[in-house]
Amino acid sequence: MSDSDAQNLREVRAIIARHKLGDLIFLVTGLLVLMIAVLTFIALFSHMLIDGLPRLSWDFFTSFPSRRPGSAGILSAWVGTTLVMIVTAAAAVPLGVGAGIYLEEYAPKNILTEIIEINVTNLAGVPSIIYGLLALSLFVHQLGFGQSILSAGLALALLILPIVIVATREAIRAIPVTIREGAYALGATKWQTVSDHLLPYSAAGILTGIIIGLARAIGETAPIITIGALTFIAFLPPSPFKEEFPYISFEWLMAPFTVMPIQMFNWVSRPEEAFQVNAAAAGLVLVIMTLTMNALAIYLRYRMRKNLKW
Amino acid sequence: MVKDFSSEHPVGDVSPSQYKSEVRNLSFYYGSFSALKNINMMLHEKKVTALIGPSGCGKSTFLRCFNRMHDLYPGNRYMGDIILHPDNVNILSRSVDPIEVRMRISMVFQKPNPFPKSIYENVAYGLRVRGVRRRAILDEKVEDALRGAALWDEVKDRLHQLAYNLSGGQQQRLCIARALATDPEILLFDEPTSALDPIATASIEELIADLKDKVTILIVTHNMQQAARVSDYTAYMYLGEVIEFGVTDTIFIKPKNKQTEDYITGRFG
Repeated sequence: MSDSDAQNLREVRAIIARHKLGDLIFLVTGLLVLMIAVLTFIALFSHMLIDGLPRLSWDFFTSFPSRRPGSAGILSAWVGTTLVMIVTAAAAVPLGVGAGIYLEEYAPKNILTEIIEINVTNLAGVPSIIYGLLALSLFVHQLGFGQSILSAGLALALLILPIVIVATREAIRAIPVTIREGAYALGATKWQTVSDHLLPYSAAGILTGIIIGLARAIGETAPIITIGALTFIAFLPPSPFKEEFPYISFEWLMAPFTVMPIQMFNWVSRPEEAFQVNAAAAGLVLVIMTLTMNALAIYLRYRMRKNLKW
Repeated sequence: MVKDFSSEHPVGDVSPSQYKSEVRNLSFYYGSFSALKNINMMLHEKKVTALIGPSGCGKSTFLRCFNRMHDLYPGNRYMGDIILHPDNVNILSRSVDPIEVRMRISMVFQKPNPFPKSIYENVAYGLRVRGVRRRAILDEKVEDALRGAALWDEVKDRLHQLAYNLSGGQQQRLCIARALATDPEILLFDEPTSALDPIATASIEELIADLKDKVTILIVTHNMQQAARVSDYTAYMYLGEVIEFGVTDTIFIKPKNKQTEDYITGRFG
């Protein structure tokens, strides 16, 4: 090897070393940023865990709120949250999935559908209290649903509608065009193609979107306060099951209610230290509910996509 | 091969009954782009007709006119006729429902595209679309179709397994079985072996040779040897036009058109 070759090699190595430094800097920065996000969550969660965990007991779940922090519980709150979520899902799933299918498969591409699409995307960015105001005037007053579970469920359904629509569209769009053409080539109609193929194959993605939407709705406070959820409620809505025919009842839809985040909000605003502990415990339950839903979404997506490979 | 109606004189010498389909002055537009220009040719009943030509010459576009696949997308326009015999219906007519056309004319795609369902359900789907519900009929038709596609022996013990567990060549034969299950009058193949290895390709070609006793076949291929091996008639297409159409042997041995000759001998392509 001549001197000039050796010189060249040294130069090349110096250049490589410089470039690798860039790699290293980005790696360290990335890790730091990630750490900030993860550590913040861990700090918040563990703080809540330390404060709230000792307070969690069977009684906490089966007691109504009380003036005495020691005997106060979240019974009305978690029942209210569950019922509101049922209404939200019942309204948002058919509307959102239906709208997603229509926009993706049926809608002609024209200026009107363009505008609708842009609007759907923008709706996801509207502050949730605006939905609360809409629900207050539309559901509570105009339609006369009152300050009820039904009004709250519908308000949250509006809030997560864009999430469900976008998830549905993306799940359907992920199905290769060859599968669609395969169905059409056998003489299937549009609806047969949608119901026999597109919906079953995109179910995992749609379900994930629904669960993520519900996980967002479960923690929403502003729209619920706007439509007038009670902050102190010591009774349950009427049971949906009845002794006599027709055995089910929808009276609970019209019942006043409270939900988990409002119960928390109520306790946090109390001066007594013991109520802060209650708030932490309720927060812990709420976070666990949300995380469980997200975990379920991840599991379902993994489970249902295992059989799909294009 | 029957050669007495050599398509040196494609129209006139042969009584129309020997044609499964006649294409008359067919033009096709993607928006304002003219993809097919005034095509005239015919499909001989129970023969294999191959469409060859360089990429972008419109052979797949032409094939997809036969099952009105272009209707799925906005902005596409047909002009001219594709007459289907024996009932002399123009399948491109606006008054003819594309779904009805697709029920008579099946298609096998370039890449195997089985549904993520069981082998059985894949083959049965065309029948289900037609409203067949009786289990006994479905079972029988599925078996017939799988036998027709030379796949029965390989899958008869695992009909309810997922179709994705099959090899690429098996998947393509499954797609052929799926297309056969509904007894189509014409079977369209869009480069059916381009995603397959040579052994799987050979088995598909063998299958095509067997199938022509039962059904009229139109096949697009960019492999000239394949066209020479499997087809009875060949059309050479270039820039949306059929440059030459005739008996495969003639096209490959003594093409009349200089352009066809150049393409076939590999001087152009």
